[in-house]
Amino acid sequence: MTGVRVAGVGLTEFGRHPERTGRDMFAEAALAARTDSSVPVEDVEEINYGNFMGSLAERQGHQAPLMAEMIGSRCSATRYEEACASAGVAVREAVRSIRSGENDVVLAGGCERMTNLSTAEVTEGLSTAADDLYEIRAGVTFPGAYALMARAYFDRFGGGREDLAHIAVKNHDNAMPNEYAQFHREITVEEALDAPMVSEPLGLFDACPVTDGASAVVLVSEDYADANDLDAPVSVTGSGQGGDSLALQNRHHLAVTPATERAAAEAYEDAGISADAVDLVEVHDCFTIAEVLAIEGLGFYEPGEGIGAARRGETTATGERPVNLSGGLKAKGHPVGATGGSQIAEMTRLLRGDHPNSEYVEDATVGVTHNAGGTVASAAVHVLEVDR
Amino acid sequence: MTDAGYDEWLDAIGEGEGYYLECPDGHGSLPPRRVCPECATPELDRTPLPESGTIETFTVCHVAGPSFADEQPYVTAIAEFGPVRLTGVVRGTDPEDVTVGAPVEVGKGTNETTGEDMVVLRLR
Repeated sequence: MTGVRVAGVGLTEFGRHPERTGRDMFAEAALAARTDSSVPVEDVEEINYGNFMGSLAERQGHQAPLMAEMIGSRCSATRYEEACASAGVAVREAVRSIRSGENDVVLAGGCERMTNLSTAEVTEGLSTAADDLYEIRAGVTFPGAYALMARAYFDRFGGGREDLAHIAVKNHDNAMPNEYAQFHREITVEEALDAPMVSEPLGLFDACPVTDGASAVVLVSEDYADANDLDAPVSVTGSGQGGDSLALQNRHHLAVTPATERAAAEAYEDAGISADAVDLVEVHDCFTIAEVLAIEGLGFYEPGEGIGAARRGETTATGERPVNLSGGLKAKGHPVGATGGSQIAEMTRLLRGDHPNSEYVEDATVGVTHNAGGTVASAAVHVLEVDR
Repeated sequence: MTDAGYDEWLDAIGEGEGYYLECPDGHGSLPPRRVCPECATPELDRTPLPESGTIETFTVCHVAGPSFADEQPYVTAIAEFGPVRLTGVVRGTDPEDVTVGAPVEVGKGTNETTGEDMVVLRLR
C-alpha cells in the first residue's frame, strides 16, 4: 500500500461573498492548490468534490464535472455529500483510491455558497441534515440540535455557558492572524455571554457564521512525489470514518458522539498512533459544544472533562495541545461542503511551518483533523504527519 | 404529500393510541422500519406507547427556518417514553416552565405555517 502525500493546498478567503458563484470560488481554491503542489493539471486523474446544499443555494446540481471544467480538466469528477462532513469524506475517498493503486494524483476539496440566501433560508437548508420526519417537523434547526446536545451535556456532566464562551474566545483569538478567516475580531467571555440567544442555551457567539468559501488539496502517491521530486513534507497516515443514527432521539446517549470515537479509532489504528501522540488538532466546532464533544470523542479527554479544556488553557495556542489554531469553524468560518478540505489545508500549513500560527507548534509532527456531519451522524478523521 | 408508516403512526398518536415498534430483544423504535435499527431483526411488533414520558433535553429556539417563522420562540424537546424517545414541540406552557425531568404526554398538533401534522408534547 502506497503512502499518500499532501502535495499542495488551496483556500479562498472565507466570508461573505454572495456575488461569487460556487464555480468561481472552487476554481480559485483548486488552482491555488495546483500551483502550491507544482502538479500539472493534466496529471490530475480524479476530482473528489464536497458540497451539501448547492442544489438549494445555487439551483445547481451535478456540480462535480462543472468544477473539473473550471480548472481545465475533463477527468472523472464526483460530488460527495455527507452534510458538513462532505469534504472530509471526499478527501478520505481520495486517500483510499491512491492507496489502492488506482490513482496517483487526486484533487479533493469542496465548496459552499450560503450568504446569497436569507438567514431563514440557510436555517431551513442546514436543517435538512437532520431527520425530516422526526426532527425537522418538530422544529429542530441546526443550532437547535446542538442546543439539545449542549443541555443534555450540562445535565449529565456539568459545565455551563461560561465554559463554552472560553472556547469561542480562544477560536476568535486563533483566527486573528489567519488571512483566510472570516472573523478578525477578538471577543471577550462577557460579550459571548451577553450575545442574543439563537437556540437556548446557545447564543450567537456559540455558533459558527454563515460562510461562503472553497478548499482544495492535491494528494499524490509516494511514488509520484518521488518521481517528480515534489516538496511534500506532510503525509496523510491515517483515515477513519464513523456513523450513527441520523436522529438524536435514536442515539444511545445525547452527550457523546460515537461516530467520532469510531472514526478516530480507525484513523489512529491506520496511522499506528494513539491519541497521546497527537500534537495539535483541527476539530468540527460548528458550535462551541461541538468542540467539547469532539475532543472527548477523539480520546483527548474523558467524557465530561473536555468542557473546561479551553478555560484551563490546555487547548489554547500556548496550551499543551492546541485545538483549532486556524480559528476553527467558529471564527475561520464554515462553508459547509468546504470545511473538511479546509481543515486538511490548515493542518498541512501548520505542520509545514507556513501558517501564521505555526510559531505555536514548531516541534509538532502529528496533527489530527475531525470533520462531522449533522449532529455527528457521520464523522471523518484524518491523521497528518510530517515525515520529511 | 403522505409519508406511509409515519403518517399512520402520527394519526394513532392523535387518537390516543400511540405505539412503538418492539423487537424480541426489547429494542424500541419508531416507524417506518423494516428491521430493528439495533439488531436488524425483521420481527417487529406494535407495542403501546407509555402514557407518560420525561423530558430529557430541550431548547428554546429563537431563530427558526421559514416553516416555523410564525412560531418563534418555540420549545423543541426530546422526551423518553420507555424504550423510545420522541422529539416534539412543547405547547400549552411558557418556555420558562419547561425543565429537564418534567413529565409530559404526547399528542398530534398542526404546524400553522405549513399545515403539516407534527408531534406535540404537553407538560402533565
